[in-house]
Amino acid sequence: MKTQLENNIIKTERTGPVLFSPYKRGDAIKKAVKQKREDILFEIKDSGLKGRGGAGFPTSTKWMLTAAAKADKKFIVCNADEGEPGTFKDRVLLMEYPQLVFEGMVVGGYTIGAQTGIVYLRAEYEYMFEQLENYLANMREDNLLGENILGTDFSFDISIRLGSGAYVCGEETALIESLEGHRGEPRNRPPFPVNTGYMGYPTSVNNVETLAAVPHIITKGGSWFKKFGTDKSTGSKLFSVSGDCERPGVYELPWGTSINELLEIVGAKNTKAVQVGGASGICVPRSQFDRKLGYEDIPTGGSVIIFNESRNMLHVLKNFMEFFVEESCGQCTPCRIGNIKLLEGVEMIERGEFTFKYINTLKELGRTMQVASKCGLGQSSPNSFISILENFKDEIFHTTGTNGFNGKAGK
Amino acid sequence: MKEKLRAPKAQQPLIVEKPTLEDGIGSKVTVEINEKKVQVLFGQTILEACKENQIHVPTLCHHPDLCIAGNCRICVVEVEGMRTLQTACSFPITAPIKIKTSSPMVRKARRHIIDLLLSEHYGECYSCVRNNNCELQTLAKEYGVDSYTFGHVQEPVYEVDLSSYSVVRDMNKCVNCRRCVRTCIDLQEVGVLEAIGRGDKTHIGTFLEKPLADVICINCGQCINRCPTGALRANDPSDVIWNAIDDPTKHVVIQTAPSPRAAIGEVFGLEPGKSFTGELNTALRRIGFDVVFDTNFTADLTIIEEGTELILRLYKALVKKEQVALPQFTSCSPGWVKYLEHFYPEYIDNLSSAKSPQQMFGALIKTFYAQKKGIDPKDIVSVALMPCAAKKFECNRPEMVDSGYKDVDFGLTTRELGQMIQEAGIYLPEMPKSNFDDPFGEASGAGLIFGATGGVMEAALRSVIELVTGKKVEDVFANADITPVRGFEGIKYAEIPITEVGPVPKLLQHLVPDWNWLKGATLKIAVAHGTANAKKIMDDIKAGGKFSECHFIEFMACPGGCLGGGGQPIPTDEEIRKMRAKAIYDEDNSLPVRKSHENRHVAEIYDVFLTDGPCGHISHKLLHTHYIKRGKYIA
Amino acid sequence: MLVVEKNALSEEIEGYVNKYGKDRSSLLPVLQAIQRKHSYINDFAQQEVARLLDIHPVEVFSVISFYSFLHSKPTGRNIVRLCQTISCDMANKSKVVQAIERELGIKFGETTKDNRITLEFTNCIGMCDQGPAMIVNDRVYTKLDPEKAVNILNEIK
Repeated sequence: MKTQLENNIIKTERTGPVLFSPYKRGDAIKKAVKQKREDILFEIKDSGLKGRGGAGFPTSTKWMLTAAAKADKKFIVCNADEGEPGTFKDRVLLMEYPQLVFEGMVVGGYTIGAQTGIVYLRAEYEYMFEQLENYLANMREDNLLGENILGTDFSFDISIRLGSGAYVCGEETALIESLEGHRGEPRNRPPFPVNTGYMGYPTSVNNVETLAAVPHIITKGGSWFKKFGTDKSTGSKLFSVSGDCERPGVYELPWGTSINELLEIVGAKNTKAVQVGGASGICVPRSQFDRKLGYEDIPTGGSVIIFNESRNMLHVLKNFMEFFVEESCGQCTPCRIGNIKLLEGVEMIERGEFTFKYINTLKELGRTMQVASKCGLGQSSPNSFISILENFKDEIFHTTGTNGFNGKAGK
Repeated sequence: MKEKLRAPKAQQPLIVEKPTLEDGIGSKVTVEINEKKVQVLFGQTILEACKENQIHVPTLCHHPDLCIAGNCRICVVEVEGMRTLQTACSFPITAPIKIKTSSPMVRKARRHIIDLLLSEHYGECYSCVRNNNCELQTLAKEYGVDSYTFGHVQEPVYEVDLSSYSVVRDMNKCVNCRRCVRTCIDLQEVGVLEAIGRGDKTHIGTFLEKPLADVICINCGQCINRCPTGALRANDPSDVIWNAIDDPTKHVVIQTAPSPRAAIGEVFGLEPGKSFTGELNTALRRIGFDVVFDTNFTADLTIIEEGTELILRLYKALVKKEQVALPQFTSCSPGWVKYLEHFYPEYIDNLSSAKSPQQMFGALIKTFYAQKKGIDPKDIVSVALMPCAAKKFECNRPEMVDSGYKDVDFGLTTRELGQMIQEAGIYLPEMPKSNFDDPFGEASGAGLIFGATGGVMEAALRSVIELVTGKKVEDVFANADITPVRGFEGIKYAEIPITEVGPVPKLLQHLVPDWNWLKGATLKIAVAHGTANAKKIMDDIKAGGKFSECHFIEFMACPGGCLGGGGQPIPTDEEIRKMRAKAIYDEDNSLPVRKSHENRHVAEIYDVFLTDGPCGHISHKLLHTHYIKRGKYIA
Repeated sequence: MLVVEKNALSEEIEGYVNKYGKDRSSLLPVLQAIQRKHSYINDFAQQEVARLLDIHPVEVFSVISFYSFLHSKPTGRNIVRLCQTISCDMANKSKVVQAIERELGIKFGETTKDNRITLEFTNCIGMCDQGPAMIVNDRVYTKLDPEKAVNILNEIK
């Protein structure tokens, strides 16, 4: 196992303002279990920490709601089903900083009153399973996990469950369905997992990166955390950078960094477009590279895919739409059939057999999907369709040759 | 604690803590629907609130019998302050929200959803069994669809599954609403259908995509009743029946069960709740059926045979101290019989060996009736009008040939007969009334109420009480209405103490010497409808619970009993089932004879044909059957 | 299947159910365990799982068909999953595909005649910074080029 990791997965020394800043194993748990729950909630609230999966729901609110729900059992679930194209930050956190993630779960469990934490690890990361289990065993040995943690009356344990290859299971209610042994199909919301989650019990589902930020906030304080970033986007963000650049990889940057700055850091040249937020995100053209990454401007789960001048944006869009057609859970109409129609539209453009009227109809359909789909997958899958066809219409519709668009299309 | 439901959470009802008092503080919420202020109950869904206020919100995956799914998205509405549209069917009102049910965004979204569904829906309405009774078609009309915005499939994608005697599955018409899935898993606990695959490949399928005949389907047809389109339909024999009618050498006989008579008016657009027995007799003759019989006759016969069997089992157990299988289970619902054969084969001996009324009649028509009329049984085509999809399977069971021929040739559903009547240019409600044909004539009200859950039990009790105690049943239960076994509760349980006994009636004298052994006993009975409820009882019996001490249990595969059967008009829901039950009980009330043992035609047939009496040799050959231990393994 | 084989499989599945719990929430771990050992979950195993967890076989089949890492039909002894998503695609995935298909003489979605390898495409595996990448069983290989990919596949048994 070890050799495999060294051979195949490149490790680099990491530095960063928050997550990658120095941290001593166990400190957060030691401090937290001596604190009152409401004090921890206050600290998290003060930090302004928001969910790092992309939706940006305030973590303190989620925990407060779960803590307030009445039930004899509660759960905290670590969403390690990172599947958004171009995202791999959780891989790095789990491989290199498991202490942060697990301790964040323990603190979260303590705060909301959970006895059990579950890590939902995507099947593609099965190779980490043993290493993570070993890490948990070490924590148990040191009484950072298990019965009466550090001599207190707080008992909490974490188990790891593997996914089986379904992107939609990153959606929290689909994830819970999957944990319960069902197809990973999102549930109706409301009710929300904070009330009715795993096995019907109040459940807080948090992203790996969110949890990893918690130990730093506990040890260094909410006010320290919010020194980084901007007013509404406090702290830092891990960006998974891939595509056309010299130094792809995971970068920890404060929120508010502009796309231009990021491109500079990763050594990207001749960049034509940047896809922020993965396939479900938006495609930013060069004219908007001064836009800032953050909840105020472009919120994101951290996927950054860079395209240089040589890339065919229609081809990129087709790849995204193929992804959604396969990864839709197939439950609701707008997402199941809508994505097929959008993909067919892309193929029509590719063949040059389209009318602008129909493409506009498809954009309208995309807007319907954004508001009428059952979950975030269908609500965001038309984003790239709409933004790529808007922002790159010159390239896609008005030049000949590169797309195979031969000009015989109608109007 | 909530009941354990096995369907995916996404297909389960939402759980909202509601205030305990309906009129207590905080139990009402004032919301704005389309700018009109209305008071609604806390926790009510938007759909319910709209319905109460006469605002129509279209639905497709929603069905009142089933838990909420929220997956078709057609019922989306705007809720002020929310970024996305919300499904009215699933959204519980817990705050004073503002709702718009017909904003431009809502209308466009609904139209898009309909267009998307139509793009994958193969076939044309005029060549569909559900033409004019299709929820997708209705939606298309409601939203003025005049073209296929996103195209339309030109070739069928799936092969139509014709393997089952009862249910035809044409997935080319499926809209993935999953009502059949929720029906099969939640409502019926059978588990034939589930969503298979993911993304664009998602479809409804069976275990390993096997044909229906090869999986554990009990043929109840409840999925058909809940399918919004023509994707699920019954296996329709009407073409062959027309051929038989048109063939002068064939003597075409039809027996009609009470439930179709109480529901067929719905096919003609009438409100549910009225039986058309006499009108139907006339219509059937005008169509060209040679004779029309009343299945209630053999229902009465079933009571005598099955009741005798119960008495014999009790006698063996209580007096002779022999090992016998108790409680005795009813066997007139072929869906239930197959359910037991698959899921609880070890209890096969508990099933009454008495055939269902349909099959008893089949055996008598091609023997007794054929002899009496001097007709060669091979020229008889025997049709049974049933509310049931499983009856189609039942008449094709290889053992159902006791007359020397196939006892019943075709099971015909209410829907199919309604279609035949329309095709013949007959408007049923305006037909003059006429009677059933001899030699079976009119039957008793006891046979009639077989159609409602608890009906078999009530019919049996009416006879057992009188035959054993010698008293009038009216002295025990007012108007002979045995109310403890009536109603739509999933499982009913009752105890009937036998405080005194009378003389043994002549019909049974060769079987038991006296009733003294029953004096002081308490008859314990139970009634279940819907196989999910049957499962609960069976699991209780397995665990040695209170139902294992019962003597007699009535099981019906379909919710509500036969009147809610898989062959009944669509739609069927709780309200409609109640109305049909009312029609049946009203008709029972109006009949002069309301007890099976008082049916003079029944007495006559024991005199002249089944001469060695109930459960005798002749009746055993013709009126009783055996069952197969099928088990659950799917090869 | 022979009766002996069936009995052995039943016993094995009972072991998994005992380990993970006799509850529907154990369904995925149990299926994963069967798949790990047998590389697919055959129809008998599906029914055994259904029986032991008290659910319907079609529900087991439905769940298997939903997850792309679970199989209800026989696969090769080794499953190769090459990432087809955008970053790997831009890193010349198609060259790797051509080389692998040519070398093994089968297309993606197929299994070699000797039952050694099943080729599949998969969506983003989180190796976007090191693409093209593939997973062979549970091992990850990154920064593939046609030659490297073919060498890796030729080495597995």
